[in-house]
Amino acid sequence: MSVASTENAISTGRITRAFIYLMLILFATFYLLPFGIMLINSVKPLSEINGGNMMALPQVFTLEPWFKAWNSAQIGVEPTGLQPYFWNSLKMVFPAVAISTVLGALNGYVLTKWRFKGDTILFGLMLFACFIPFQIVLIPMARVLGFLGIAGSTPGLVLVHVVYGLGFTTLYFRNYYQVFPTELIRAAQIDGAGFFRIFWRIMLPSSGPIIVVSVIWQFTNIWNDFLFGASFADLDSQPMTVALNNLVSSSTGVKEYNVHFAGAILAALPTLLVYIVAGRYFVRGLMAGSVKG
Amino acid sequence: MVDQTNSSVAMAADYATPTAVKPDLRTRLQNLIPKLVLSPSLALMLVFVYGFIVFSVYLSFTGSRILPSYEWVGLENYEKLFRLRHWSIAITNLGVFASLYIAICIAIGLSLAIFLDQKIRGEGFLRPIFLYPMALSFIVTGTAWKWFLDPGIGLEHTMHLWGWESFQFDWIKNRDFAIYTVVIAAVWQTSGFVMAMFLAGLRGIDNEILKAAQIDGASNWNMYRRIIIPQLRPAFLSAFVILSHLAIKSYDLVVALTGGGPGRATEVPATFMYSYTFTRNQMGIGASSAVIMLMTVAAIMVPYLYAELREKK
Repeated sequence: MSVASTENAISTGRITRAFIYLMLILFATFYLLPFGIMLINSVKPLSEINGGNMMALPQVFTLEPWFKAWNSAQIGVEPTGLQPYFWNSLKMVFPAVAISTVLGALNGYVLTKWRFKGDTILFGLMLFACFIPFQIVLIPMARVLGFLGIAGSTPGLVLVHVVYGLGFTTLYFRNYYQVFPTELIRAAQIDGAGFFRIFWRIMLPSSGPIIVVSVIWQFTNIWNDFLFGASFADLDSQPMTVALNNLVSSSTGVKEYNVHFAGAILAALPTLLVYIVAGRYFVRGLMAGSVKG
Repeated sequence: MVDQTNSSVAMAADYATPTAVKPDLRTRLQNLIPKLVLSPSLALMLVFVYGFIVFSVYLSFTGSRILPSYEWVGLENYEKLFRLRHWSIAITNLGVFASLYIAICIAIGLSLAIFLDQKIRGEGFLRPIFLYPMALSFIVTGTAWKWFLDPGIGLEHTMHLWGWESFQFDWIKNRDFAIYTVVIAAVWQTSGFVMAMFLAGLRGIDNEILKAAQIDGASNWNMYRRIIIPQLRPAFLSAFVILSHLAIKSYDLVVALTGGGPGRATEVPATFMYSYTFTRNQMGIGASSAVIMLMTVAAIMVPYLYAELREKK
């Protein structure tokens, strides 16, 4: 994926190449345009947006919409801005990512190096769980969270995200450990190393890349989740996506588009940063979720 | 793989108890540890996934309204569901959305992958641009597109300002066309991902065959049609499976982009389920719609996963 290892044997004429470059540039524009325009318009005063040209660069540059989106925009009933919801999201994402990754690593280790009868069926069941439409679990989940006393709270959301993220993290680590030389494990066993020592000393030190993949995938997914946040969160545990939707779709008063855009970019920033810093691993995670290899 | 691993475990057990005929307590404990480690995850999954599915299926046969009730009504909810115009709109919309979304994503993804595979200068620069929307939340995508497509302020308005007075693009406000705006935004978000899948497939193709075909005088078009694209079968299959399950699960994007409107023009099963269960207090019907969604996903995913896991044996 990262390098063009196999040189394509096909050669193309000059006109074809010109056409290809044109198409590639057109599509790059298509992908950049909506987000780029949002960025440009988030630093314009509202008067320039209403009636103005969305493609035009700002005549007056202002960061006011950004500050407003962050700490004073009306969301729900309170003029708090997105700030508290940003922290809500972080408080939910970190534990959920950590727990699901650790469990996924252990599961992958057991499913590849300590195999037992029926383990493939169990893995299949875990894998199918990744793809269920979550509508099927919404009603019972609401009941169980209430029963456990964590309805509408961050711990409740952490539980939900751990449970429904486990399938993916297990998949990543299982596929990664599958090609890990079993001879090394055998040798360690002969030397008297037990289950955990082998995991700690042999498996983990070489799991760097797949840990990154799993963490990035989980971070992106959980940060971007809307359905669970909208279904199971209270005002003081609502994640960023739900708050953004409330901000954008609130029907009272003037629509402050520039504030909406700044808010949308704030909500996108963490995952975009991760993508920019570690895009390679993000792509790998996506691919592992589709082509089990 | 299976045999190798099993024998290694067996061998280790032999070594740990070289003289004993029966494994001692310590060894038996050692052998239990892997299963103990796996059990919390399994328990979570059995309860929160499969237990919940059973419970939802059960609810779909009860007269539950605002709260779960245990009054058995048989297939009544399903009969009601399929008589509801609201539901038939939702599944028709899903049909239109899913088929266009999958077809366009695959067409764009495959074309971009083939283009990028022609020793393109700046590939490392273009690829991340094609793919970054995948890192965004559907709510962000919906916010961006909702405004971009708004005729009063977005693209149509801009075209008018640029002097193209007759330009009209009001699909998002138009009952007959609003569902296509959901397709546009969804394609924008995921087609880069499909491109990455096809590109990985293209890079895995053996060049010797292509060189041989070239010497035999095959045209580029024929090489793609006869040799390269047929070899991308696994990528096509994965793309289809992933895109179709994403389509059935689409909820966030519709909420953020159109809210199911105008009217019910962009209502899909996921939004239907949510509103019937949580705002209209028709939990029985909501549960039955969720069961239909699950069965649709299962019909696609189960054979796929079965085939994928079998190959490994």
